[in-house]
Amino acid sequence: MEMPEPDAATITRRAAIIDELRRIVPVTSVIAEEEGLRAYECDGLTAYRQLPLVVVLPETTEQISQILNYCNEVGVKIVPRGAGTSLSGGALPLADAITLGLGKLNRILDIDYANRCVTAQPGVTNLAITQAVEGDGYYYAPDPSSQIACTIGGNVAENSGGVHCLKYGLTTNNLLGVEMVLMDGEIIRLGGKYLDSGGYDLMGVVTGSEGLLGVITEVTVRILAKPPAARALLIGFESSEAAGSCVAAIIGAGVIPGGMEMMDRPAIHAVEEFVHAGYPLDVEAILIVELDGPEEEVDFLVGRVDDIARKSGAKSVRASRDEEERMLFWAGRKAAFPAVGRISPDYYCMDGTIPRHQLPIVLKRMAEASERYGLGVANVFHAGDGNLHPLILYDANVPGELEKAEEFGAETLTLCVEVGGVLTGEHGVGVEKRDLMETMFTEIDLKQQQRVKCAFDPAQLLNPGKVFPTLHRCAELGRVHIQGGEMRFPELPRF
Amino acid sequence: MSLPSPEIIRPADSAELELLIGDALANQLRLEIMGAGSKRGLGQTMEVDKIVSLSQLTGITLYEPDELVLSARAGTPLAEIEAALAEHDQQLSFEPPNWGALLGNDIPQTIGGVVGVNLAGPRRIQAGAARDHVLGVSMVTGRAEAVKTGGRVVKNVTGYDLCKLITGSYGTLAVATDIILKVLPAGEKIRTVLVAGLDETVAVTAMTEALSSPYDVSAAAFLPGNLIGRSAVSYISGSSASITAIRVEGPAPSVEARCSALRRMLGAHGDVEELHFHNSRKFWQEIGNVTPFSEEVGPVWRVSVPPSAAAQVIQTIRNGADAELYLDWGGGLIWLRLLNELDDVSAAQIRSAIQSCGGHATLMRANAEIRSRTAVFQPQATALEALNQRVKQGFDPANILNPGRMALIDKGAADAD
Repeated sequence: MEMPEPDAATITRRAAIIDELRRIVPVTSVIAEEEGLRAYECDGLTAYRQLPLVVVLPETTEQISQILNYCNEVGVKIVPRGAGTSLSGGALPLADAITLGLGKLNRILDIDYANRCVTAQPGVTNLAITQAVEGDGYYYAPDPSSQIACTIGGNVAENSGGVHCLKYGLTTNNLLGVEMVLMDGEIIRLGGKYLDSGGYDLMGVVTGSEGLLGVITEVTVRILAKPPAARALLIGFESSEAAGSCVAAIIGAGVIPGGMEMMDRPAIHAVEEFVHAGYPLDVEAILIVELDGPEEEVDFLVGRVDDIARKSGAKSVRASRDEEERMLFWAGRKAAFPAVGRISPDYYCMDGTIPRHQLPIVLKRMAEASERYGLGVANVFHAGDGNLHPLILYDANVPGELEKAEEFGAETLTLCVEVGGVLTGEHGVGVEKRDLMETMFTEIDLKQQQRVKCAFDPAQLLNPGKVFPTLHRCAELGRVHIQGGEMRFPELPRF
Repeated sequence: MSLPSPEIIRPADSAELELLIGDALANQLRLEIMGAGSKRGLGQTMEVDKIVSLSQLTGITLYEPDELVLSARAGTPLAEIEAALAEHDQQLSFEPPNWGALLGNDIPQTIGGVVGVNLAGPRRIQAGAARDHVLGVSMVTGRAEAVKTGGRVVKNVTGYDLCKLITGSYGTLAVATDIILKVLPAGEKIRTVLVAGLDETVAVTAMTEALSSPYDVSAAAFLPGNLIGRSAVSYISGSSASITAIRVEGPAPSVEARCSALRRMLGAHGDVEELHFHNSRKFWQEIGNVTPFSEEVGPVWRVSVPPSAAAQVIQTIRNGADAELYLDWGGGLIWLRLLNELDDVSAAQIRSAIQSCGGHATLMRANAEIRSRTAVFQPQATALEALNQRVKQGFDPANILNPGRMALIDKGAADAD
């Protein structure tokens, strides 16, 4: 993976850039010494590291506007950063770019129960939003696994999901409004405490744009009343095919569980040894199905799912009898990544989504590849929505293993696309999957996406080198190509 | 309207559409884009050289109930999709309304039209709008290029979500040819709790209580006393006063339990009654389809506001205009009819009423003359409008697709003052 060649002129001007930043924000909010920069050299994709040119930690929207305006005028690049938990290198610094950390914008600005929404600054963590309202019986539904650390601004940038998104949607479905700063320093508001917009759905396209379109400075999300009851079923199967057909049968019967997670044998064994959740060890796959809602509904649906599971050939079915048992079922799933971390020096977490019925084929081909590469793989799977997280096991101290793991990962994601799925379900493209974009999109598709980028950031100074494998200049992208004839009245202005 | 109607062209597939738009691009021909034409009355009036109808681009191309996904060509009638879904007890959860009667036609709407205007019915507050259910789009842009975005899976963050931009763009960015949709199970039981006799302020309070409860309310509307007579549901038309309605859906034991709980809760505000399956369906169709205003003349506005501001906004509008109205989305959506058929001065009144609370007001129905001199869509702040324009240019640089239909340049700025 190659990043764009750093701009030598920018690096030469570093001292002047630092001076200007210190004019906009307090001196201590500009980090320029190597020791301080080290903390920002990578995000959750730790295989890639790069010291930023400088880090700036603004405290207000106005400061961000001034910083962006200055950078736009002098042509300096910006990498926005929340908590730095991205698993795809979305916040990976560039040698010639300012890393703009949003951690100091960490206040909840407004809790509005009458309109069922919370307005927060971008550096507030996902979990802090729920914590601010749970005493009054509410919560914020999207719950990415990093929710104790990841920020709501980062969630908007990545369109984060979580285990509950089949029923409750992704960030984009729970977002009401944002304030953001464009690269030229202009501050705009999209949406608000009301639904939909009067023009193009720019908020929709900004969500999941991985910090390439603007810097989010304020977020309004809807909150929901906490479901009064939740129960989980732990179901064991002799094959992943059987588990897959059970998932299809549950959904086919009109049940949309709050969460539906699958794990394969290697993941089950790693987890059970680590947290002793009581998972069956004599099965090839387990499903955790959680039903939430009013008590009467939960009890009724637990019965229905139990019935479906038995008819789908489940080897074992257990329904949680109390909150403690429900938490125990989840404890294993939630510990899956660290548990795999115990059985292997390193692991590489992938994130493809597939049409669910393709699961047996994908698992079979991954098992073949696992043998071919000589690297183990454990699978956890958001079964309801087809989002697969293979964990590829490797040892970074063995020369060549990281490269092999990456190759295995790329092959897996390409396979996801081949069977009708996509490269990334929730972790984002970032730098990690950037060079695979052409397996899913044509050059024309990608150019059209970049034209949206050009509408927001014509000089392409925001988070360059991420998402798009090839950078085209906006002037080139803007040209109209006409086949078999010339455009009439080329001198007329067009809007 | 005295000019001869422009020629209607019906491309048979995406390739023909590409050629057609390529020709228009080369010769600077302005194209009106339509599905079957049921929503031609929406948006700013346009002058065009040709009409492109998607009526030949029809058919469901994929439907996998277990995977909750359906894809169809853009010109497929919505009714065909809904019938296919009903066979598997599934639905489009955003509850697309039918505005045909409101707009004075009985043309069957197409899925392309549904997506093009980002339709949403009463379930918007729980399940979202069309924007929340479009997973993928194949389209031909104003550059005459075939572009694909999204996919067939619900969880997908690969590249920019252009689906959101296309949904609700009224055919001004690209012409959709295929649309992939997320579908969901339909509720087995539907019930509606009715409270009679509330004024709009108390009604909004009651709806807020219901929506803040854990009873998973899927719709909340308020019909004032002067409009109840226009309902075909006898429980509604026979009521003595205004109706506040709260809907729950789901498996039978759950619906029964939630209904009882809501009846206890809302009983504090007035007498409660209950609609069962068929009457519920009929009533919520009327709310979504704007049936109370369909038979009446006069400009109709759709106003989206923060629910808590609804009562104040209504008061302000009433102080300056003769209007009747009802509420959906728990107060977040105001449907408004101006009693004077030729009223085009109230646009400013309506927009100033929502200025402090935020929101947007869209002129949904009015004669062509009023539409030609009123900003149909909410005028945008200057920087935002410029950004909208740059997005438009990226897709349709020669402004040949539905030119002026969203009129984000000329009319918007003038009316904003």
